[in-house]
Amino acid sequence: MTDTRTRSSRESILEVKNLVMNYELKDGGMVSAVEDVSFELKKGQSLGLVGESGCGKTSVALTLLQLQAANARVLGGEINLDGINLLELSPEEMRQHRWTDISMVFQGAMNSWNPVYTVGEQIREAMDLHWDPKPTAAEAYEKIVELFNLVGINPEMIERYPHEFSGGMKQRAVIAMALSCDPKVIIADEPTTALDVIVQEQILEELKKIQDELDMSIIYISHDIAVIAEITDLMGVMYAGKLVEIGPTAELFAKPRHPYTWLILSSTPSITGPRRALAPLEGEPPNLLDPPSGCRFHPRCPFATDKCSQEEPPLSEIGEGHMIACWNHEQVPVTLATAEDDSRSANGSQ
Amino acid sequence: MAASNGDARVRVTDLEKHFPISKGLFRKSTDFVHAVDGVSFEIKAGESLGLVGESGCGKTTTGRMLVKLDDATDGTIFIRDAETDEMIDVTEVKTKVEQKEFRKNVQMIFQDPYESMNPRRTIFDIVAEPLVVQNIGTTEEREERVIDLLRLVGLTPPEPFLFRYPHELSGGQRQRIAIARALVMEPAFVVADEPTSMLDVSIRISIMRLMLELAEKLGVTYLYITHDLAVARYMCDRIAVMYLGKIVEMGPTEELLANPMHPYTRALLSAVPVPDPSYKRPDVEIEGGVARAVNPAPECRFLARCPFAVEQCRTATHPELYDRGSEHFVACHLVGSDGEWHGSERSVLELRS
Repeated sequence: MTDTRTRSSRESILEVKNLVMNYELKDGGMVSAVEDVSFELKKGQSLGLVGESGCGKTSVALTLLQLQAANARVLGGEINLDGINLLELSPEEMRQHRWTDISMVFQGAMNSWNPVYTVGEQIREAMDLHWDPKPTAAEAYEKIVELFNLVGINPEMIERYPHEFSGGMKQRAVIAMALSCDPKVIIADEPTTALDVIVQEQILEELKKIQDELDMSIIYISHDIAVIAEITDLMGVMYAGKLVEIGPTAELFAKPRHPYTWLILSSTPSITGPRRALAPLEGEPPNLLDPPSGCRFHPRCPFATDKCSQEEPPLSEIGEGHMIACWNHEQVPVTLATAEDDSRSANGSQ
Repeated sequence: MAASNGDARVRVTDLEKHFPISKGLFRKSTDFVHAVDGVSFEIKAGESLGLVGESGCGKTTTGRMLVKLDDATDGTIFIRDAETDEMIDVTEVKTKVEQKEFRKNVQMIFQDPYESMNPRRTIFDIVAEPLVVQNIGTTEEREERVIDLLRLVGLTPPEPFLFRYPHELSGGQRQRIAIARALVMEPAFVVADEPTSMLDVSIRISIMRLMLELAEKLGVTYLYITHDLAVARYMCDRIAVMYLGKIVEMGPTEELLANPMHPYTRALLSAVPVPDPSYKRPDVEIEGGVARAVNPAPECRFLARCPFAVEQCRTATHPELYDRGSEHFVACHLVGSDGEWHGSERSVLELRS
């Protein structure tokens, strides 16, 4: 794990301020998918966004790239990438920044290779569209060889077709493609979800290496909090469209302050350490067509008070770089929650 | 394998499943994928055995044979009938009548709660279907039974759920319905194939706890198939690790996690992400992905990826799975009869250079 403190003095590369994005439905209803999300990413830093499905992680990512669905409405906020507010750009201007300044490894992208072109040709296509001027054949080839070496694929595979790649290789090639135009920021949406653990571990190592060697800023999106623990400097926890806690990953794991973060960590099984009785998180995420009043987490929160259902807690700083949106964070215990009864351990397992 | 045990609920011996590789309409296939190749294990009544491994290792095929969704190529499967207390030979279950009888006793929970339910049938229809097939009870009795089960799986109050359709429910609710459907016949043995892998962490734990509670309450025996060792740790009394159609290691959960002996298990464990940023992981000792076991060579299945392989591994046949003390079974030439390691301690760095 790289030291976050040495990076905190570095220049900021991406700053998201009060981003609000809704999906408009046919009947005029608005789904509040991203609500007042703010965070900052420094050069060479990695941020993990975690949360349940539908919490807005991928919506944030797509908005950063201005690739959101046709019915998405960005209602406010700023996305400053290296000093330029992406939300003020025309589609054509945005196209010039996309891929060259900010690129993305999409969820399930390893299955989106076109089977009738070689992998090299497909990476070349992205470079032809975004490099200025277009690379010559020799330049493109040289770059792809460099990228393949970086992500751990034998450069001989450039001329091969996607079916000749294994799942892990395809995913590495997707990462190579995302790097092909030397972006400043990469967003990796569930980059290893469909892969087996051994391959997953190798790809995460590769990504960590890329972050260090190229001083790359990476945003990881994952529902797997263990993966986020391994590879990120910062962690942001999203719930129902809102960022409820963000801070240095190590600090959030050691001392989660938001009740939701605390409960998520309490319900994550691990193969190491003593076998804890996992505490379940009761209830289900809210319907974002009509989000709960006040704090969106209050209907499921064990520490909720009257204030929580009436007033929305602001995201405020409680430590260096550690922000949290909760009225009652002092109530959150220092140790993780455990379930009262656990039938299997009571059964007498070793 | 362990000597036959009186209270075994499930006993699988030398189970094999070979899938022919299609070569066209009229050509006889000569190549076979040995999806499951000589698997033996026992599950005691009320116990939960975890079957773990990477995709393509044969864990789902094993599960499907146990519930007779696939027929075994060879080997025997005995499952104790809850009513008669007799061991039923699953491979001998052939006629429709026998199959119907068999399904009262053995059920399966599938991975995907979105794909495993008929979208045009109501929750009541879905959960009551086994009762209809088995011709049990009147409509009123069935309704009562379904209501009881919905309550049991935590869908309360149950009445509003009865006439809803699957698309109206969340993933977690659907998986609860799938569990209710599997339990409606009060089976003694349930094969659960990755029942929580499609669910969010927060919901996953409540489904896992529900399954454990039901095991306790109803005495269900599980074969729990998963790729996630952390989940297996919470769900299973024992874990069996599969690699290319073979069980390479099997033992009590905590013993196996604390003291993995087979090189594959060690690699698998060292690759599992740990929710602790301060955790320092050991080097993963192997590389690459799982191949398909097409007409596999007689040598150890793990030979091609094993960093420790010695001459013996290249010349001898696949090592036998046997007890290395305290019910810890390992199939590796380099593990001694009392579990000591005879291989070298080369690190992955030396291997690469």
